[in-house]
Amino acid sequence: MSTVKLTVNGRAVSADVEDRTLLVHLLRDHLNLTGTHVGCDTSQCGACTVHLDGRAVKSCTMLAAQAAGSSVTTIEGIAKGDELHPMQAAFRDNHGLQCGFCTPGMIMASIDIVHRHGGKLDETTVRHELEGNICRCTGYHNIVKAVLDAAGHMKVAQAAE
Amino acid sequence: MYQTTYHRPSSVDEAVALFGKGNDAKYLSGGQTLIPVMKQRLASPSDVIDLARIKELIGVDVSGDTVTIKAATPHYEVAQNSALQKAIPALAHLASHIGDPAVRHRGTIGGSLANNDPSADYPSAVLALGATIKTNKRSIAADDFFKGLFATALEDGEIITAVAFPVPAKAGYAKFPHPASRFALTGVFVAKTRSGDVRVAATGASQNGVMRVAAIEAALKANWSASALANVTIAASGLMSDIHGSADYRANLIKVMAERAVTAAG
Repeated sequence: MSTVKLTVNGRAVSADVEDRTLLVHLLRDHLNLTGTHVGCDTSQCGACTVHLDGRAVKSCTMLAAQAAGSSVTTIEGIAKGDELHPMQAAFRDNHGLQCGFCTPGMIMASIDIVHRHGGKLDETTVRHELEGNICRCTGYHNIVKAVLDAAGHMKVAQAAE
Repeated sequence: MYQTTYHRPSSVDEAVALFGKGNDAKYLSGGQTLIPVMKQRLASPSDVIDLARIKELIGVDVSGDTVTIKAATPHYEVAQNSALQKAIPALAHLASHIGDPAVRHRGTIGGSLANNDPSADYPSAVLALGATIKTNKRSIAADDFFKGLFATALEDGEIITAVAFPVPAKAGYAKFPHPASRFALTGVFVAKTRSGDVRVAATGASQNGVMRVAAIEAALKANWSASALANVTIAASGLMSDIHGSADYRANLIKVMAERAVTAAG
């Protein structure tokens, strides 16, 4: 057992967990942040994607202890109160989900994509960058539309700040 | 996953000392292979020693005719480094196509080479460019480093600290990725050194891991162009055969990927 201290969605947290505990299980089972999903559990589907110090990572593919001292953002941490994050709003507006299981990971991966590429995002880039996130419902078309839509709104929001 | 004990040393020396104390310790870098393997209970180290935050193991240095990538540098940082992109664009291209973005944010060059997966991308660049693997004990030439499937010249407890790549005159990389994992079903790295030598390495093809491809090297040395490979045939003997592709298919892929790599190299 170890005490793992990290920041989750802006809040300092401390948890006593076994060293073998995965980050996703720390989030879901110890912090009750069940928006982060476990899909394939083999590092391929991306449903467990969270941000670690601002970068998208698969929380099923790292130990909680590896995240000690870092800042983690989950799907629960991106809206401002009742106001959805532009990426969440774009997924809703563009019907970028059906069953919704992959959506938390898709949204966290997509925010990371927009942050890294800024306004220079095109459809080809979005499709290449979403290779680590698997959706079994939508055929990706509306997800890609949502990411491009959100990229525009995020650019406007950034310019306004 | 079985029980294990996690350690986070702050220096290479401390990591080596911790390794010596564990009865079955393993180094953990980006963990994009080791963690999945531990989850499947195919590995059960008594101790995992995290190298990913050791400052002396992170960074890219481009000076003159050498690109040095420190071992715990994530693929994303390699792909994004502007000096490296200018010096060896093929290496930046390779790094930007490993796995997916989340994997590239965590996975490291040292971890990839120490693991030596027969379908990993980096070994082909290291072998084709004739890089040198630096460890806490010595320097190992690429030609002496790879020893077959998941096997390397590393001794027990030895840590890769950096990889030094000589800047080539030209280089290119092309791979046919597995549709789910993005590992190379077959990938080929071609390089023309500044002294005019040609080295070609294929990954994802041989039953013994990354390999040089003599027939393609000879053809490209005579004529550095995709058309020079038109009449080259690659023997299927010794190549992998599985549900993803037969040995014959991979033999053909070596040639096709080499053509694309040369075209990309220009």
